[in-house]
Amino acid sequence: MPPARLENMASDTVLRLDGLSKRFGPVLAVDGVRLDLRRGEVLALLGENGAGKTTLMNMLFGHYMPDDGRVEVAGPDGVLRPLPPGHPQAALAAGIGMVHQHFTLAENLDALDNILLGSEPLRTLRRHRAAARRRVEGIMRRSGLVAPLEVPVGRLSVGERQRVEILKALYRDARILVLDEPTAVLTPQEADALFENIGAMTRDGLSVIFISHKLREVLAFSQRIAVLRHGRKVGEIATAQADERQIARLMVGADTPGIARETLEPGAPVLELAGVSLRGRSARDSLSGLDLRVRAREIVGIAGVSGNGQGALAAVVSGLRRPEAGQVLIDGAPVARPDPRAMIRAGVGRIPEDRHRDGIVGAMSVAENMVIERLDSPEVARRGLLQKRRIRAHAEALAREYDVRGPGIEAPARLLSGGNIQKLILARVFDRAPGVILANQPTRGLDMGAAAEVARRLLEARARGAGVLLISEDLDEVLRLADRIFVIHDGRLHEAASREREAIGLMMAGRAAGAAA
Amino acid sequence: MMRIEPREAPGRLLTLGVPVLSALVALALAAIPLMLAGAPVFAAYGEMARGVFGSLFAFSEVLTRTTPLIFTGLAAALAFRAKLWNIGAEGQLYLGAMAAVAVGAGALDVPGWVLMPLIVVLGAAAGAAGMMVPAVLKTRFGADEVVTTLLLNFIVLIFVQMMLEGPLKDPMGLGWPQSAPILDQGMLPQLIPRMRVHAGLILALVLAAVAQFMLARSVWGFRLRAVGENAHAARHAGIGVNRTMLSVAAVSGGLAGLAGVSEVAGLKGYLTADLSPGFGYTGIVVAMLAGLSPAGVVVSALFIAGVFVGADSMSRAMGVSSYLADLVVSMALLSVLVGGFFARYRLRLGPERPPGRGPGQASGKEQGHG
Amino acid sequence: MADIVQILLSESFWAASLRIATPLIFGVLGALMCERSGVLNLGIEGIFVAGAMAGWMAVWLGAGLWGGVVVAALTGACFGLIHAVLTVPLGLSQHVSGLGVTLFATSASYFAYRTALPNVSSPPRIEPFRALDIPVLSDLPVLGPVLFQQTALTWLALILVGIVWYVLERTPLGVAIKAVGDNPDSADAQGLSVQGLRIGAVVAGSALMALGGAFLTMSAFDAFFFGMVNGRGWICIALVIFASWRPGKALAGALLFGAFDALQVRLQTQVGALVPGQLFLMAPYVLSIIALVVAARRAEYPRALLKPWFKGQR
Repeated sequence: MPPARLENMASDTVLRLDGLSKRFGPVLAVDGVRLDLRRGEVLALLGENGAGKTTLMNMLFGHYMPDDGRVEVAGPDGVLRPLPPGHPQAALAAGIGMVHQHFTLAENLDALDNILLGSEPLRTLRRHRAAARRRVEGIMRRSGLVAPLEVPVGRLSVGERQRVEILKALYRDARILVLDEPTAVLTPQEADALFENIGAMTRDGLSVIFISHKLREVLAFSQRIAVLRHGRKVGEIATAQADERQIARLMVGADTPGIARETLEPGAPVLELAGVSLRGRSARDSLSGLDLRVRAREIVGIAGVSGNGQGALAAVVSGLRRPEAGQVLIDGAPVARPDPRAMIRAGVGRIPEDRHRDGIVGAMSVAENMVIERLDSPEVARRGLLQKRRIRAHAEALAREYDVRGPGIEAPARLLSGGNIQKLILARVFDRAPGVILANQPTRGLDMGAAAEVARRLLEARARGAGVLLISEDLDEVLRLADRIFVIHDGRLHEAASREREAIGLMMAGRAAGAAA
Repeated sequence: MMRIEPREAPGRLLTLGVPVLSALVALALAAIPLMLAGAPVFAAYGEMARGVFGSLFAFSEVLTRTTPLIFTGLAAALAFRAKLWNIGAEGQLYLGAMAAVAVGAGALDVPGWVLMPLIVVLGAAAGAAGMMVPAVLKTRFGADEVVTTLLLNFIVLIFVQMMLEGPLKDPMGLGWPQSAPILDQGMLPQLIPRMRVHAGLILALVLAAVAQFMLARSVWGFRLRAVGENAHAARHAGIGVNRTMLSVAAVSGGLAGLAGVSEVAGLKGYLTADLSPGFGYTGIVVAMLAGLSPAGVVVSALFIAGVFVGADSMSRAMGVSSYLADLVVSMALLSVLVGGFFARYRLRLGPERPPGRGPGQASGKEQGHG
Repeated sequence: MADIVQILLSESFWAASLRIATPLIFGVLGALMCERSGVLNLGIEGIFVAGAMAGWMAVWLGAGLWGGVVVAALTGACFGLIHAVLTVPLGLSQHVSGLGVTLFATSASYFAYRTALPNVSSPPRIEPFRALDIPVLSDLPVLGPVLFQQTALTWLALILVGIVWYVLERTPLGVAIKAVGDNPDSADAQGLSVQGLRIGAVVAGSALMALGGAFLTMSAFDAFFFGMVNGRGWICIALVIFASWRPGKALAGALLFGAFDALQVRLQTQVGALVPGQLFLMAPYVLSIIALVVAARRAEYPRALLKPWFKGQR
């Protein structure tokens, strides 16, 4: 993306965020942020997870009411006017479109219906689909973003869904487009293509803000970078003049310690999948005849775009679903009836992808969540009765060791922050000294400090002799932690010959250099 | 502009206060239908109070009425805690009553110390079986248990009528569709001479204590609570969700069955098709008012029984329809629901500005939320 | 066996089927509206009772038949509003709120009826809807007696099937309702009011449900009896799942059910001596459970059903 701007484009300010603040209970998520966006530019909003970027943009779009400050948007005449806060409708009318990180699509409707949703007044007695379709097709041609219009969205791939999301905004005549972590679900090549399309649109006058926590892509795709940390804007710089280390330091507040991964000699296989087949939510998300081996003292990383079978793979290793064909072997012995209990007993520690849904019972206490996998252990329960005192003591010890912070171990677990919930889960998993660890998106949504902690624990476990299966959509994380790297695509695994991002990116898209399709 | 903010953890005061307040609100709201019916409001309340507290007999009637409500209240409380929506307590009650009569009305001539426990156990088993059918349909086929338990109530009731005109019919009943009476040695003993309150109450209180203990301190109770709060996480942690559901279903159905046993073998002595004026459904209100706590069920059952007995008495004295009681009970349910909301959230009139803050100033302590 | 065939070929059988199906059509359409937007409305049984009582009472007090229909619908809408407020902006348990509304609506109706009309030996009656005798069409050979001798309320039900279908499939409002039942964020992000849509759907659906009750007291029968609804509301909840939340299938399901019920009534008179009558009485409920189990496996529930949605919860 060429950093130079077209000189004949007037540097008008199209958007001004003036002193926006937002607090949730005791937490100040955004603190007095000022930001300007100029016409035709791509501004990156960089910060680690939890820095307040999404909250800031949600205030812009009207999902949240700001506690302080205001937003001004330029009208067609170029004059900045205040935007009434708290209403997506107002934002849409002012020409602001937002592509959320978690897609806001109705899966039971087709793409065209999703795009048209809300664009006609509800009182209307007739719909004008044909005319609308022609208009959408025109937009698709001009923007280069194509997606099938008459297929229920539930059947579209992640990349297609994202394009529908952008088309939604363009259909509503968005002149300012906000993209929240747009490349999280794309292969490196898809990300390049997306920003090329965006570049073309900015040349037509579209202004873009994109949110990211990835340093590298911010440097590659933006013209200006604003850095947020703990809810405050700590720096703003033209990308051309930006230095990676300087920006990283702004993002985190200090130099990040590198993670040392020592070379270890792998041992015997601790986890094996032999010919495993399982139908997932879609054809692509299913496994067919999958073979995988994880050995002691190694971390096997599974990279790939979401929706290619990671869910099914994790479900099999977690014991949540039984393979329709094939076997799961732990320490060389096949697991007879794989269910979560059997896997736990066989020594598999699982860090689930969705912490809140699968990881903790939010209404139960921290202590109860720590022992929930050990109800058959005499330390926890004897003759069917819970050993409350022992449980409390043990939980307190674990909380100290794993630095789980919150309102106390008797408090409901849902009161913990995301990072502390993850630490609780780590404590629970590592307490049993498992021989196999499944880490599924373990650092998603965590700030760098918490993410580093998770990485450290995984490496520690590896050094102690465990085998770790790491499934992550964050390619950088896989590259940093894994000894061997596989790419999962359409439910099949391919071992990556090199650790080059380009090559792996191609594999993630299903095109291995020189390999048969 | 109003905003809704979750409270961090509702204090003890709120958790206890809400049900009490809801009950009082419902009682107070009864004034409206009373006025619409043209009855003098204060006199009506007076009659209700007299119907409950006016004499030892009156209070013993309340206790008598409390007994089945504790059973069905426990049945609902335990099931709802596991997010198993057992709305079929009414039918399970009748199944328990049928079993009691089938066994105890002359089929077996055994001494009391054998017959009584047998009636209790088989009655509970019949109720449990009644809940197992919808439970299996849910775990096996994913069929929503709300609808199946509800429909089963109607099926059971028709079945009871069928039985009462057939195999269970009292040969000496002068043609009325009622069952033969339970043998004397099988009847639950009275607690106070010349009063109707019977040993079923003791059984109910004991079971409430047991349920409270099991819920809080046993592994079974832990599993029940985990499955009810987050079945996904429970499953992931190795808890057998279906297994837990089925065992809760059995316990819940058994408790409801005991309500039937208690009414037949403690109070009436024989079975008719109108044995229960909706105890099964009222049990749901009892459970909700108790915040789904077994210990709370005892208190809330007492209250609701008081409302019914009081309203009956008032209705006889003043000619107001006794459906007033049902009205009050349903308003209590809606009040406790709304009250529960206020316990969990607080309303803020905004926009609120914390004192002394402007853009860019330092904030208070942060927790680093993700 | 020959008896069954004979019954199936008789016109009175099909006319009866449609008559029995009518309250179910209203109920299933109403439940479908609520659930499509993401709200389970277990208040349906009570709303049936309230619609039956209020509609009848309005006619008794002189409002005329259509006045009664309007009163019934408004009554249903009011109880629906209670459920909507509890479950949508307050986000309380839809199960408990629905059951609460059923208990409340039922007891309020019984209390009001009993208070207004103290105990008499037989319940008072009104002049119900008469069969609509449409000039030429009523004389058609097969369809005539079946279709064209139904009351106006049955016609209303059939027309409403078409209207509900049209709204859901061909209007922006319908798309919005369907979106809200799948992923409320999708509607919110497009500037629509999620809570407004849900409240509206529940209120409208409840009005439809109440018409089912009104049919019982103003068309099928001419008086209000305690216990007359007898589980029809719950049967509708089962039938909605069976109908995959689609108006066309809802009509088919209700008709199938009506046919089965009409059949068992006729079989009873023929076989009654051998088989206890109660088995036939059980049949509708058993059939509903079977329909539910059969449909449950492949049922695609609206994804957002039973999940409360609050603004700003991202």
